Amino acid sequence: MTTSWLFENGRIIDPRRGIDRPGSLLIVDGVIAAEGTAVPSEARRIDAAGCWLVPGLIDMHVHLREPGQEYKEDVVSGTRAAAAGGFTGVACMPNTRPVNDCRAVTVQILERARQGYARVYPVGAISKGSRGEQLAEYGEMKDAGVVAVSDDGVPVLDSQLMRRALEYAGDHHLAVISHSEEVALSRHGVMNEGLTATRMGLMGIPTAAEAIMVYREIALAEYTGRPVHVAHVSTAMATELIRSAKARGVRVTAETAPHYFTLTEEAVQGYNTNAKMNPPLRTEADRQAIRQGLADGTFDAIATDHAPHSQLEKEVEFDLAANGIIGLETAVPLTLALVREGVIGPGRFVELLSVNPARILGVPGGTLSPDSSADLTVINPELAFVYTRESVVSKSKNSPFLGWNLQGRAVMTMVAGRQTFTLNR
Amino acid sequence: MKTTGYHFQQKHILGIHHLSPDDIAFILRTADSFKEISTRTIKKVPTLRGRTIVNLFFEPSTRTRLSFEIAAKRMSADTFNVTASTSSATKGETLIDTARNIAAMKPDIIILRHSFSGAPELLTRYIDAAVINAGDGTHEHPSQSLLDMMTVQEHKGRLAGLKIAIIGDILHSRVAHSNILGFTRMGARVFVYGPATLIPRDLAELGATVCASLAEAVTEADVVMTLRIQKERQSDPLLPSLREYAQKYGVTRKVMDWARPDAIVMHPGPINRGVELMADVADGPRSVILDQVTNGVAVRMALLYLVMGNS
Ligand SMILES: [Zn+2]
Repeated sequence: MTTSWLFENGRIIDPRRGIDRPGSLLIVDGVIAAEGTAVPSEARRIDAAGCWLVPGLIDMHVHLREPGQEYKEDVVSGTRAAAAGGFTGVACMPNTRPVNDCRAVTVQILERARQGYARVYPVGAISKGSRGEQLAEYGEMKDAGVVAVSDDGVPVLDSQLMRRALEYAGDHHLAVISHSEEVALSRHGVMNEGLTATRMGLMGIPTAAEAIMVYREIALAEYTGRPVHVAHVSTAMATELIRSAKARGVRVTAETAPHYFTLTEEAVQGYNTNAKMNPPLRTEADRQAIRQGLADGTFDAIATDHAPHSQLEKEVEFDLAANGIIGLETAVPLTLALVREGVIGPGRFVELLSVNPARILGVPGGTLSPDSSADLTVINPELAFVYTRESVVSKSKNSPFLGWNLQGRAVMTMVAGRQTFTLNR
Repeated sequence: MKTTGYHFQQKHILGIHHLSPDDIAFILRTADSFKEISTRTIKKVPTLRGRTIVNLFFEPSTRTRLSFEIAAKRMSADTFNVTASTSSATKGETLIDTARNIAAMKPDIIILRHSFSGAPELLTRYIDAAVINAGDGTHEHPSQSLLDMMTVQEHKGRLAGLKIAIIGDILHSRVAHSNILGFTRMGARVFVYGPATLIPRDLAELGATVCASLAEAVTEADVVMTLRIQKERQSDPLLPSLREYAQKYGVTRKVMDWARPDAIVMHPGPINRGVELMADVADGPRSVILDQVTNGVAVRMALLYLVMGNS
């Protein structure tokens, strides 16, 4: 298989080196070549006119559902969807069946990933079984290949356990990712608390449920001096807490998801279960605050929280429907909309989707510097398309964006010089 | 019974939210004309002969089911009652499966009562029959609201300009939601009062005035409507006790003295006498609670008739 390529006439965007300029990119034997390197005769030439050449995108928050719920997604189908969306790496959350809280499950996922289409970075559980009682074995999981720990899907309710997790994870150089939710406040809710919920007769989840737990994580990070990463921020309140914590030097990083800067609770109208997720879609004021946080650096990353569910879990009464939506194949166009609307620039786009996820997780990537592995995403930012159910690569189709006219997408994705996706036209 | 250029165009009755003021007025006029049938010796007209109506109840309800059944029978429809337990229906597929099975038998109307909000709307996506919402979760109970409006109109001669006080558990009450929408849509002013734990946020944006005291809500009211208070929910500390509720939020004769002298008292039933409504008020001269029950049949006859006219 060819691993030497020459992408000509593209726009190279590599914010880690301060680069955003037209140019050509040479890949030799799966590695980015230094400028001036002779082009090997077997190198395939690709005309990248009008396209961005950016470091491979990394989604630091996905659910691949394997082991245990392969009818929704598996490592191979999930990474195929990732590649189609322009991602070269994904961090998969441990809420599988069984929970990834030990070496055996981590090894199984990584074994399957060898047939996959993207680098897979398993996230181990914070607590055994994600039950919030005892620490999982971080040292052994780290040796097996986890890059971070999280009890995602549920919060760590016990503050002492969370404190110990931050301390102990630091010893093993693992990021700690918080699903921030005060369950006592959110337990009865199925969507954002407010007018729309009242109108629809649905119980609400207050924004305070997120903010209270985000503040606890900030307080623990500040007190212990250890870093914490806050997942899927949905509210203005939590955004402001993170902004002010960063300003006083707390080691907190945060991600939000495309649906939080694109949609509001209005999307739930008609009891649309494809707009049901946790945390829920919020109000327009929250959406604007999230966009502001993306613009001003409060957020470090955009992650999809790709959460595949089958029709069985979604074609039901709203109260009974599973939380979550797929997101890998829509993240690029939805984030490009922010660029077109002037919220962020192209460099920031790359930071949010590649540079910072790599840095937070401590994994390679996030740059096109010479001698680094050729993990590359080629994006045509103008290409318009309709996101149809038939076009979805993921096994599950639970997206609120089906039928949307989107603009901009990955046209080629490459891991270590190996093509993992090419758009057929 | 004519409005120039107006046609009732609803295929389903999912909620008051979907009805225009013209629709509501038309339903009330239609119900008025059907009310007389229930006073005849032979209380039956052939209007819906040959039509099949299924009462699909996922939640126990004697009153509403019976009212719909009587309404259907008075119009000569064939009615079938299906009672499914929601406890066994923890998977939503049960609703869709059940509905599809029933739909295969080609009913004309399905009347659905369900403990989850939005269930009737979900049903419309899977079956062709007309769907009438007989109460879904904490969302809507349109036939109850229509019969309430009919009752008020009968007693007051109008809806526009009236002051309607709704007292009690607004948060969990589909009747309150439908009535706030319905009465405000018809030009009445709705004032609500209850413990803050039972008043949803942003309720004012639905068009109701949220009052700071029982006196504020009831003073000069034309209609005082109390809602059934549920026993405390275990996992959510909404109220300290029913005893205290009765003392601080219950509607007594003294409370009714604040209302207009000709004010009427309503309750969607079943009543917790001595909790949200004192017995002497519930059974007193201002109570129109039994009129509500009578009008329920007429309103439901009208709904069955009208949705059939549009299928
Ligand atoms: Zn989560």
